[in-house]
Amino acid sequence: MKTLQYFLLLAFLGILVIAVTSLPPRGDVTAPVHQHVNPAGTLVAGTYFIQHAYEDTKTPNMVTVILADYRAFDTMGEVIVVFAGGIACFFILNVRRRKP
Amino acid sequence: MSSGNVELCRKEAAMMAPTESPIIHLASRGISPVILLIGLYVFFHGHYSPGGGFQGGVLLAAAILLLRLSLGTSLSQPIMPSWITLRLSALGALIFAGIGLVAVLFGGNFLDYHFLPMPWLDPAYLRYYGILMIEVGVTITVMTTLVSIYDDLLGC
Repeated sequence: MKTLQYFLLLAFLGILVIAVTSLPPRGDVTAPVHQHVNPAGTLVAGTYFIQHAYEDTKTPNMVTVILADYRAFDTMGEVIVVFAGGIACFFILNVRRRKP
Repeated sequence: MSSGNVELCRKEAAMMAPTESPIIHLASRGISPVILLIGLYVFFHGHYSPGGGFQGGVLLAAAILLLRLSLGTSLSQPIMPSWITLRLSALGALIFAGIGLVAVLFGGNFLDYHFLPMPWLDPAYLRYYGILMIEVGVTITVMTTLVSIYDDLLGC
């Protein structure tokens, strides 16, 4: 059984390595994700956010703008994950002893 | 250490005595407000520099956990009682979702701060304050969840 587990682990490692090596290099403008024309009229997908982050929100920190404005739904999911972790710890750790 | 009429902790058996060293007492009582101040600074400075709700919330939680560790249960529970932590955590998540729902009620998409009901502000500054408001919810949730996990480990 253990050899099967190791074999599965190695197989998934091989799949992961093959998938990673076939990704386009970082910052490649000709990558498929950058071929879609964004609302700013240019090819690279992030250009709209870089060009409009300050004008849209008057916030100098572009990371905050993307996390809390353009991708606020994602951040809401993160907050709910944190809350769910707290609830899970409450139900696992805070066991009330039954009265004898 | 049974505390008369005030129920500080849900379980009396989990009461933690304060540390005996006066140095640790004084140091933690002096350092904790500074950590709180740095946490608030990091939270409010998320618009201009690295920081924001998650990091500020962790720093605020660190200040309270320092008091919990050094002062013991009876002195640190009144600062943030353990019955309130998970409720505040839910409140933070509700603030976040509530801002989004307010934007829906006033005719926009979910979490589109452009539609928040503050017509005296420019749309850009509306988004600015929308980001600040949801960061408040993130901070409350992260801080109280960390304190709540510590209290659960203690059995408090």
